[in-house]
Amino acid sequence: MTATMLALLHRDLRVARRELQYFLLRVGLQPLLFTFIFGFVMPRLGIIQRGYTEMLLPGILGLSMTLSSMQAVALPLVIDFGWTKEIEDRLLAPISISGVAIEKILVGILQAMIAGLVVLPLAWLLMGVHLSLGLVEIIQLLVVAILSSWLFAAFGMVVATIVEPQQIGLVFNVLLAPMIFFGCAYYPWATLHVIPWFQRAVLLNPLVYANEGFRLALTPQMPHMSPWLVYGGLLGFSLLFTWLGLRKFAGRAVD
Amino acid sequence: METAIAVENLKKTYQPKTRKGVEVKAVDDISFAVPRGEFFGLLGPNGAGKTTTIGVLTTRVMPTGGTARIEGLDVARNPVAVKRRIGVVPQVNNLDRSLTAREILLFHAEYFGVAKHAREAQAQQLLERFELTERADEKVIGFSGGMVQRLKIARALMHNPAILFLDEPTTGLDPQSRHAMWDLLSELHAKGQTILLTTHYMEEADLLCERAAIIDHGKLLALDSPAQLKRSVPGGYLIELMARSGLNDSFANALRALPGVVDVKQEQERVRIYADRAEGLLANAMRLASEQGVMVTDAHVAEPSLENLFLHLTGRSLRE
Repeated sequence: MTATMLALLHRDLRVARRELQYFLLRVGLQPLLFTFIFGFVMPRLGIIQRGYTEMLLPGILGLSMTLSSMQAVALPLVIDFGWTKEIEDRLLAPISISGVAIEKILVGILQAMIAGLVVLPLAWLLMGVHLSLGLVEIIQLLVVAILSSWLFAAFGMVVATIVEPQQIGLVFNVLLAPMIFFGCAYYPWATLHVIPWFQRAVLLNPLVYANEGFRLALTPQMPHMSPWLVYGGLLGFSLLFTWLGLRKFAGRAVD
Repeated sequence: METAIAVENLKKTYQPKTRKGVEVKAVDDISFAVPRGEFFGLLGPNGAGKTTTIGVLTTRVMPTGGTARIEGLDVARNPVAVKRRIGVVPQVNNLDRSLTAREILLFHAEYFGVAKHAREAQAQQLLERFELTERADEKVIGFSGGMVQRLKIARALMHNPAILFLDEPTTGLDPQSRHAMWDLLSELHAKGQTILLTTHYMEEADLLCERAAIIDHGKLLALDSPAQLKRSVPGGYLIELMARSGLNDSFANALRALPGVVDVKQEQERVRIYADRAEGLLANAMRLASEQGVMVTDAHVAEPSLENLFLHLTGRSLRE
């Protein structure tokens, strides 16, 4: 990593730290509401079984981290490219264009990791899920967390560089809603075998691998996707989106 | 003299985005060289290709033909090395809106690897020189046009670039800020800074630049010192007559025969007379007009200027 890239990271972290309260609100609010309703209210009403929270916890963590990382990359980039042209200030730094793009992805990963650190204990405490995390599970959790954040940071770059800025709101809605609902956040992928065509179709959704990865690491006793499929999916999509994102970024950055 | 900027047969063609669109030659075979220490101007109307040329030189635009070199380095092949040697003041406000003015300078220097104590001293010095100390620790939203412009220049100077590029630095500034900007740029140049500036203001090029290139429609039309450029206008003095009726070739020919007249150009209701001197010429022209029944509605005499040169070269005014 070059000194220039570290300086760019330094700048982004300074700005992020200054906006920490908004960041915490953004990443914390939804999981908090979610865990309150699904983990506390509904089990008490007897509407859902207590075991459901164990199924839900990895999904909530997965959603929070992936959405954080995607937003951390996509939203500033859309504004930069579309309106403020601030990105030109970074593009004139003595670093290659891919260097600027990679730094953006790193920032996305870092923000998602922080979001994970906030959301995991929150959800864990509120839901009262029993987690038995050994060394293997913790390593697995870290690997899944990093890969998932990377995947969605790169995905954020692809979205931000392909979509016209005027349509970003629409794209977020049209793209994210099906991704979340078909993303195996609220139900384990393994149980989908009762609807075979659906089980195969959702494999196109990168979010599935993230959520199943967290399921694998946090609640291995519950049904989950096989590890090789999880890691293969996460790594494959990460590489694909990084390659595509860097290409599109360079296309937008240089006339 | 060492060459700071060398542009050879530079071309930039934009392919049409849709099938029915047309190819745009933003830069069409431009060549020029700028020695170290020179204040060089690119002068032309909006859309002439100035910003595209600066874009290529500052690694932001990929040329489709020819080469551009900064201190011998090909900008298309060595963009990172080129970026280390240049300071860029773009036309748009691309200041980092999340940071304060001082932080903008400090982070910029950090990107360029300037050591901490050096960048802090440099930032303080530039903030003082550019009269920005009062609001140095505020974010830049709400800064006036002049302040934004000064901060953009300060930022470009933070890493002591060999060449400073300024894309229309005084566009949109009030006259007072514009004069302050001119003083600032003259001062930088006096200290030996190589500067390339684009402008569509004649007086700006005239006042600041040692040499200026006049470009229009992506082509370089003339390149010399402003004084030489002005002298190269046939006649230099321009008399413009507007006539309601009676304009014809015999009137134009009669004007050409007047003493001191170098060239006469006639179009619709307007006659432009280029002459070596103005004394007596207007009276003569008016006499001819009344003899030939030409109804002159307006007459205007202009001293030699780059504006006249531009008119002569392109047939249209820079401000149109």
